[in-house]
Amino acid sequence: MKFTSQKIAYHFFALSMLLLSLQIVYGFIMGFAHMGYDVLHEWIPFNAATATHKNLLVVWIISGFMGAAYYIIPDESDTELWSVPLAKLQFWSLAIVGVVAVAGFHVGWWEGRKFLEIPRPLDFLVAINVILFLVIILMTLFKGKKQTTTAWVLTMGLVFLALLYLPGMVYFDNISVDSFMRWWVVHLWVEGVWELIMGGILSFLLIKLTGVDREVIEKWLYVIVGLTFLSGILGTGHHYYYTGGPDYWLLVGGIFSALEPLAFLGMTIFAVQMYRKGNKSHPNKLALYWTMSTAIVSFLGAGLLGLAHTLPGVNLYTHGTLITAMHGHLAFWGAYASLVLAIMSYSMPLMTGRKIYDNRNGHLAFWFSNIGMLGMTMAFAAAGVAQVYLERIAGYEFMVAAEETKAHFFVLIIAATVFTIGIGFFIGNFFSFGLPSDDALNDAPEFEPLLA
Amino acid sequence: MLTKKQAKAFFIGGTVLFFLIFVGMTVNSLTVGIPQNTNADNITDSVKHGKLLWDQNNCMGCHTIMGEGAYYAPELTRVYSRKGENYIRTVLNAKNGGWGPRGRKMVEYDFTTEEVDDIISFFEWMDNVYLNGFPAEPSIGE
Ligand code: HEM
Ligand code: HEM
Ligand SMILES: [Fe+2]
Repeated sequence: MKFTSQKIAYHFFALSMLLLSLQIVYGFIMGFAHMGYDVLHEWIPFNAATATHKNLLVVWIISGFMGAAYYIIPDESDTELWSVPLAKLQFWSLAIVGVVAVAGFHVGWWEGRKFLEIPRPLDFLVAINVILFLVIILMTLFKGKKQTTTAWVLTMGLVFLALLYLPGMVYFDNISVDSFMRWWVVHLWVEGVWELIMGGILSFLLIKLTGVDREVIEKWLYVIVGLTFLSGILGTGHHYYYTGGPDYWLLVGGIFSALEPLAFLGMTIFAVQMYRKGNKSHPNKLALYWTMSTAIVSFLGAGLLGLAHTLPGVNLYTHGTLITAMHGHLAFWGAYASLVLAIMSYSMPLMTGRKIYDNRNGHLAFWFSNIGMLGMTMAFAAAGVAQVYLERIAGYEFMVAAEETKAHFFVLIIAATVFTIGIGFFIGNFFSFGLPSDDALNDAPEFEPLLA
Repeated sequence: MLTKKQAKAFFIGGTVLFFLIFVGMTVNSLTVGIPQNTNADNITDSVKHGKLLWDQNNCMGCHTIMGEGAYYAPELTRVYSRKGENYIRTVLNAKNGGWGPRGRKMVEYDFTTEEVDDIISFFEWMDNVYLNGFPAEPSIGE
């Protein structure tokens, strides 16, 4: 690491690990409930479990993004972070708001709006927290010696992430309008500005890991995020087919959302090309694995599995079924979860000085979690196809179809166990790094890219 | 070959252009399309309160409506015509651990008669919302 203030990232990464573990617990609660063992119903009914599962996901990913920014922005701008005490304050307030939100879900303090269940009073605290975060990042960027494209793209992604939270805070009496604006947040996040963050972090990792010239990498970064918005903004229309909007969205949403996979394909080609061009001697193999898997699995989960149900004719039948859950899992995993694990794998050795970057447990973590998640995706796919045929095509009642999917949820739980073992290895590695230390300052000459 | 400057212009230009188009379409949807398709004039205080209760109880955490929500319990967009008012009333008033004729349990609620009426008005209103053909008629169904 170049600056001692980068160590603050560790806090956010540790919080991410904690919340990920909890998220998995709630995943199992729901998996068992689908299988017929809703044993916690009286204490944690399904709607509490699902709100918790989804929000823990969003919070741990955002905490990971924040940690990534605190690590990357000083590095890219060549300066200490603007204020470490404020960053610590921001961290603790984030953790407290997160804990209060999750606890609230268990006593019915929520809003029934998928992914945005956090109640409005807390939304304001979230907003203040994120503003504080952005002030710290922007001040650092501006006092820096240089402002790189990578740093800018990452920062812009974070600024838009915050701005887009606002349309989700307004209350509407018409549920169709409510839903319309909810997608301004959820869709424009995952298929828009989060891709900016993803592009920024991937660029940073590729520059560091492959040693390819920054100018080349950053040029392609612009092309990719350009494609993202070109397709992704109007692609929001794929959520407006059947929710009360005008019917022109069938056409507009269909065309533009079908183009969205191009941006993800762009990321895959980008990463693979840079890897091939680059210098393969970087010792941090685990970071390289996670970086490459992010670029590849995001295309599978978001690009291909998104395309699978994005055309209006297909979506009419798959809309709001377990097919959606199939896609949601692999897309979030491949694009954003893996990305956060990649930047952790890269930065932890540099913050702590412990060179865990090619060990057995790290590779086991990589393979178990990826294979487990692919298995889960297949289980959801099988259950989803069964549901679509039975309920939507043959016209059986929902619960008749649900009865038939129980076996697939058994498979889901097996695959989820494999996945959880992988995450267990990852977390084990994470804690065996120990705490970040000032001794690690500039203690990594072998990490300097060899200019190809 | 493409230069970095051109790539940047492509990114900024494309983003601004498509965002403006999107804002325009959003305004059109919110002011013309949705009010028409949803019969916004029929949203009475009772429907509004029903929607609020739907929200406050996170019904979407198990069910879907307009295909949105979780996949643990039935789609409710057309429940009013599919099951009828009395059935819905029975479900919402179920005691002794809540509704669950097939084993999978719903949360037990303590709604007043008036609240139940409001939720039913909400479903009745939803029943007539135009949704481009969703949910589809089963093509080989009963
Ligand atoms: C990393 C990027 C992505 C993530 C994290 C993601 C995640 C999700 C999630 C969680 C949902 C469920 C949302 C809800 O019901 O509230 C969803 C729905 C959907 N996604 Fe994605 N997605 C991504 C990219 C894409 C792409 C690129 C496409 C199209 C090519 C796509 C197509 C769809 C469609 C059509 C739906 C609606 C499904 C339905 O009608 O029920 N997604 N996505
Ligand atoms: C042990 C691991 C996990 C299990 C057993 C599990 C299981 C589930 C189940 C049963 C649902 C609810 C489906 C419904 O609405 O009925 C769900 C929803 C969801 N989970 Fe997981 N999950 C796990 C891990 C994860 C991970 C690691 C991610 C993200 C990377 C994730 C992302 C999601 C998302 C986005 C949804 C909402 C999907 C939608 O409504 O379309 N889950 N999960
Ligand atoms: Fe989307």
